[in-house]
Amino acid sequence: MSYFAAILPELILTVGAIVLMMVAAFAGRRAAGVISWLAVALLIGATFALIGAPTHAGPVFGGLIGADGFSSFAKVIVFPSAAIAILMAHGWFERGTEHANEYPVLILFSAVGMSVMVSATNLMTLYVGLELLSLASYVLASYRRSDDRSAEAGLKYFVLGALASGILLYGISLLYGFTGTMSFAGLSAAFARDGFQSLGLLFGLVFLLSGIAFKVSAVPFHMWTPDVYEGAPTPVTAFFATAPKAAAILMGVRVCIEALGPATDAWRQIMVFAALASIFLGAVAAWGQMNVKRLLAYSSINNVGFALIGLAAGAAAGASSVLFYMAVYVVMTLGAFLCVLWMRDPNGEPIEDLASLSGLSQTRPAFAAAFAIFMFSLAGIPPLFGFWAKLVVFNAAVKAGLLPLAVAGILGTVIGAYYYLKVVKIMYMDEPAAPYARVRAPIEGLLMLAAALIVSPIGYLLIGPLGTLTDRAATSLF
Amino acid sequence: MNGLPVLSILIALPLIAGVVCLFVSANAARWLALVTTLVAFAIGIWMWAAYSVGGPQWQFQEFLPLGGGINWALGIDGIALLLTELTLFLMPICIGASWRAIERRVPEYMAAFLLMEALMVGVFAAQDLFLFYVFFEGGLIPMYLIIGIWGGAERIKASYKFFLYTLLGSVLMLIAMIYMVAASGTTSIPQLMAYDFPPEVQQWLWLAFLASFAVKLPMWPVHTWLPDAHVQAPTAGSVILAGVLLKMGGYGFVRFSLPMFPNASAEFIPLMFILSGIAVVYTSLVALVQKDMKKLIAYSSVAHMAFVTFGLFALNRNGIEGALIVMLSHGLVSGALFLVVGVIYDRMHTREIAMYGGLSNNMPGYALLFMLFTMASVGLPGTSGFVGEFLSLLGTYRMSTWGAIVATTGIILGAAYMLYLYWRIAFGVARTPEAAAMPDLSAREWWLLGPIAIGVLWMGVYPESFLAPMRGDVGYILQRVERIAPPGDSRPTPGKPQPEEHLKLLGAAY
Repeated sequence: MSYFAAILPELILTVGAIVLMMVAAFAGRRAAGVISWLAVALLIGATFALIGAPTHAGPVFGGLIGADGFSSFAKVIVFPSAAIAILMAHGWFERGTEHANEYPVLILFSAVGMSVMVSATNLMTLYVGLELLSLASYVLASYRRSDDRSAEAGLKYFVLGALASGILLYGISLLYGFTGTMSFAGLSAAFARDGFQSLGLLFGLVFLLSGIAFKVSAVPFHMWTPDVYEGAPTPVTAFFATAPKAAAILMGVRVCIEALGPATDAWRQIMVFAALASIFLGAVAAWGQMNVKRLLAYSSINNVGFALIGLAAGAAAGASSVLFYMAVYVVMTLGAFLCVLWMRDPNGEPIEDLASLSGLSQTRPAFAAAFAIFMFSLAGIPPLFGFWAKLVVFNAAVKAGLLPLAVAGILGTVIGAYYYLKVVKIMYMDEPAAPYARVRAPIEGLLMLAAALIVSPIGYLLIGPLGTLTDRAATSLF
Repeated sequence: MNGLPVLSILIALPLIAGVVCLFVSANAARWLALVTTLVAFAIGIWMWAAYSVGGPQWQFQEFLPLGGGINWALGIDGIALLLTELTLFLMPICIGASWRAIERRVPEYMAAFLLMEALMVGVFAAQDLFLFYVFFEGGLIPMYLIIGIWGGAERIKASYKFFLYTLLGSVLMLIAMIYMVAASGTTSIPQLMAYDFPPEVQQWLWLAFLASFAVKLPMWPVHTWLPDAHVQAPTAGSVILAGVLLKMGGYGFVRFSLPMFPNASAEFIPLMFILSGIAVVYTSLVALVQKDMKKLIAYSSVAHMAFVTFGLFALNRNGIEGALIVMLSHGLVSGALFLVVGVIYDRMHTREIAMYGGLSNNMPGYALLFMLFTMASVGLPGTSGFVGEFLSLLGTYRMSTWGAIVATTGIILGAAYMLYLYWRIAFGVARTPEAAAMPDLSAREWWLLGPIAIGVLWMGVYPESFLAPMRGDVGYILQRVERIAPPGDSRPTPGKPQPEEHLKLLGAAY
């Protein structure tokens, strides 16, 4: 029975999602609102179920899945941001002709996938979770069937995602072939015992990490990100940029520490490269972007780089810093996408051109202020909270003796600051363009306000509690 | 002290008022900002009165742990006290200077200035390393907006340049701070001031801090953002930039570089003297040929700040005290000079020196005050400029005679470019009819410039009021650096005292 208690959140979501899918199939379009609210309720319920669940149950089901502090923390990030993705879509799909019924259900399934990913303690479970997420994501990306860009995004995501899954699977099979086990504990023991005696192990490790790098869109596996982010409907983009990204990075943390812990020296080089490449490429490539979603796509690549710095630092401090960074990143990014969601031309149609933001501070001061806060925070400028997240990551890197990495990374923030400043400049210093249509969405407004408050200096009050939580979650990996 | 969190109040008051400003009308925002800054100044006066000179090193201390390695730790010593007073004193003047000059988006403007005030007080009051950094860097955001929204024609480029330059310098300092905290296990600035890092580590940390403070001060060759930012910023923005923001660089050297890395400071004296020497001569010469008034004063700021670095890295009492007085004096004088420029810019909307002339005829009051501030900038005895520059040069001489010789040319060149400027603006005949028709200072402008004039004369005639609070703190820094400071190359031999009978004879003669 305790086995099922350990996976209570996943059970709630799975059963709920299946029931809702039936409702969605037979109830028709008018049920869309109800389904959305029920899905949100399920996600909130699953989050609260985490409190009841034994957080230190350790590996269950023969070591296939582990419910510990780390996975709980990851789910606390993932479930609410999935719920917000559903809330964001509420107003969005009312305009169009698309069927909105399946959207919450797909988000629920991907939430189950992410939940399995972050608690997997076996490569096979990990793969199953990842695929569940991916399949739901491919459909979500192409959700606006009538829109060419959305269809293109879905196809592109599917083809490249399938390739990445193949690479991942190949890596898993190599590791299995050379060690005879797929459990994290077994792999760790094998690495500790034999080290890198065979090239096959090394290849397995590289392929495994490449597959994960694709999912988190770290350079050099980032190519799909701008196109998919641009083409997918905005709520879906917001979802891609937050929950799955956080889940994939935290999954990577668990794999690197629990399964590949004894091989730290081997994967650290990969992480250092991926981190720096992501930071610099994300920063430089964003300079010329004139589409706000593409800009935020590069921003997310850039931010993944900082999280990877924390991962490269390794040890409990490093893992804790990644958790801290992702928690703050998710809030900032959701806030930024809520702002994008409100970018509507005078006819109420969504608009993604950066130039349309011109002079926003004069036509819509509060909206512009919120957007500016998210931009400065993503850039890591104090006194906003994004700065503290970066500080925590660099702190871990310096403590791990990776001083050159920290210096290079922090120089990257200066390059990145340029394009965030550009958005602020357009909003505050340019002459006003045609004003946006007002969006009547009190929930989105409240969410935006909440995110802006967390990101503002008031967020510093959270440093203590959040730090304690991330430390506790990170130590459960060791 | 008496339990009242004065420093927190000084930070919170403008912050809250700034937020309120956003929701009120333009006129209400003006009055709210003025009243808030005046109240803050009044609190500042009270704080100065309550500060016990010669008392404990850190006063008005507050401590509240925020967890996760950052503490709300505030407290000031004499040096921070005076710089805080400077900030609080200049703020109402800035608001007054913007009263008519800013017509567009007034509530946001006032909010940005009040936010700026809160952050600047925070910089001088912070006793936690990371808290300091948050305040130090946080100032970039309001200043970026002030330059970018209310600035001149080239404002966008200037605001980017200001932001990115300063950020680039500061991030290296952040890494150094993280390292220091990891190595010493404390984020408390007073504790770190007494912590001895290994000399070879000190070098790197010192250089990382230099990157930040050299940009902020600014030192040659990283000063190029300053002329752009000054020229493009609105008058009050220039006042704050020159009056307070540049002082953060000097304050950083005093608070961090000297006491925390004394070995490295001693080792890098030649570097600092060479850079300062180049700055003095080069920027003074550049100032001489400027056609734009604001640009001229901006370059003169760089030259004056070189006196600060000369004095600080002389590593003796005269030098450091002189440098601190130069900082305070320059805060008043350059602020006043930007206001003086602003007065005529508001009337004619041009900064071209060639458009003016003969203003002493139609604006006698203006010409009088302009003359006073010109003289203070040149360093005429009786003004604040003299005290600071004299002490700083004296200190420099005791460390390096060559350094002093180069630095002294700055005084001559300073006299040249300032008097040349004054001559072209105030004397001769008006070159344009508009210049001849300008009215003299209004009552508001007298209120802005008058208090600064009093401050300049006070500091020049009785500098002890300003030297006394910082004496003990300079002594503390000297304790840290003097053991390592190299001997100076000047060997002044004290003369023999005159025989007593001789003096009596002399006395009789008079």
